[in-house]
Amino acid sequence: MNTKETVPEGKVVVARNLTKMFGGFTAVDHISFEVDKGEIFGFLGANGAGKTTAMRMLCGLSKQTSGHAWVAGFDIASESESIKKCIGYMSQKFALYEDLEVWENIRLYAGIYGVPEKEIAPKTDELLQRLGFESEKHTLVKSLPLGWKQKLAFSVAIFHEPKIVFLDEPTGGVDPATRRQFWELIYQAADRGITVFVTTHYMDEAEYCNRVTIMVDGRIDALDSPKNLKQQYHAKNMNEVFHQLARNAKRTEK
Amino acid sequence: MTAVSASHLSKKYAKVQALKDVSLDVSEGDIFGIIGPDGAGKSTLFRILTTLLLADEGTATVNGLDVVHDYLKIRAQVGYMPGRFSLYQDLTVEENLTFFASVFNTTVQANYELIKDIYQQIEPFKTRRAGALSGGMKQKLALCCALIHKPSVLFLDEPTTGVDPVSRKEFWDMLKRLKKEGISILVSTPYMDEASLCDRIALIQEGLFLKTDTPQNIVKAFDRELWSVQSDHMSRLLTDLRMNTEVESCFAFGDAHHVTHKHTFLKEEALTSYLKNLGHSNIHIHQIQANIEDCFMRLSDTKSL
Repeated sequence: MNTKETVPEGKVVVARNLTKMFGGFTAVDHISFEVDKGEIFGFLGANGAGKTTAMRMLCGLSKQTSGHAWVAGFDIASESESIKKCIGYMSQKFALYEDLEVWENIRLYAGIYGVPEKEIAPKTDELLQRLGFESEKHTLVKSLPLGWKQKLAFSVAIFHEPKIVFLDEPTGGVDPATRRQFWELIYQAADRGITVFVTTHYMDEAEYCNRVTIMVDGRIDALDSPKNLKQQYHAKNMNEVFHQLARNAKRTEK
Repeated sequence: MTAVSASHLSKKYAKVQALKDVSLDVSEGDIFGIIGPDGAGKSTLFRILTTLLLADEGTATVNGLDVVHDYLKIRAQVGYMPGRFSLYQDLTVEENLTFFASVFNTTVQANYELIKDIYQQIEPFKTRRAGALSGGMKQKLALCCALIHKPSVLFLDEPTTGVDPVSRKEFWDMLKRLKKEGISILVSTPYMDEASLCDRIALIQEGLFLKTDTPQNIVKAFDRELWSVQSDHMSRLLTDLRMNTEVESCFAFGDAHHVTHKHTFLKEEALTSYLKNLGHSNIHIHQIQANIEDCFMRLSDTKSL
């Protein structure tokens, strides 16, 4: 059977009954959803709800127990190496090499993601100019302020123009002004057609997503635009929606 | 009575000025929040107050004891939960707790009442090694270990970082119960929405206290009219508002943008027609009360000028 035929046109992620079990524990429990091209897709849930496990499967880092999923048209079970080439990934914990200079970090990641040699230098200058970082080209990353590091880490994650970028709590701990500038970068990436898959614990950021899923106990208990979710749950804001859903969690943390 | 008092503390690491002339007073039984982003100097302040680091300048006391001369006495009287998980990963939940009790010359039984509510939530896993616990459970165990010698002052350095909103709320409920027991709490957080749960707060950025007061007073002291603006094109609205010469600042706040104006009064009709001409529809503009995050951005902006 050619499974690729089941991937609908224009969908960057398709998950069908995706499931992951660790022994007798079902971390991700038959989740199904689709993400459109250029969409900002918020992936929310309490700690231990299964977000990271789901994200690891979609990035080709962990094999599902059952179900199917396609990312950028590739099957996560059989084509994980192809997936890794057309995705970007950034988390708060793993970002950049502190002991490399700004341009060296860009050079390294561009090489890893297979950006053609002669494109790297001009694209680096263009990127630094857009971020207003030209003067920091030869600065060691460890001496940059945290907010700059995070903006740089995001830009590096999308340097190879991936189909989709996965952001795992990208704004944790940054100051309020920088957090907002970071979201403006996300908007710009989405406008260029890069799909953004983002987890966050800031509920105001959930409002900036086109659609939001809320995972509870390994399942997707809600999936809609913030506006519709607020209507459906008679909530003033996404924080209230989140509390109403996450309160239903049965499983104690593992 | 003052539980913690710091006066003109400064600390420099090589080139980085981590704290600049910081002063604070925590009254007995209060929850005092140190609120600011990573790298602002919160942990440096905590280490000085818990006698683990010497300040370059300034003095501080805990329960009236000097952090330099009376450091041994202070250590017996305070509980400290560092930002990084600090328990022994290879000991079980129960062994960690027993260990910390014995270090402070006490037993788990002697002070069990104080930690009972929290410990019962992790007790089903008491034979599990601490390293194998989830984030939320590690946090609860760390809090139990910081409390097991019945300290009168609790120092919690970013206890809720990376924790989801529901678990964060539970954690703050625990703090409120500890406050009722008369424990004074100094807690740091990067989450601005936790400010309203504190009796008093200090907003910190780049080693500097921007402001110290009750959350209510800080919000009241916001020195501009603040307006909430919405339309059908929120992303473009942000750019269009910033292009308007009358607009002083404009930031995204969830489902609305918060706007301050260069002149004292915003001319609502003028702004509405400006936005209509740019093709916006469903425009909603109304005046709102600033929140702590508005204040933080305004204060850090004016300080850096």
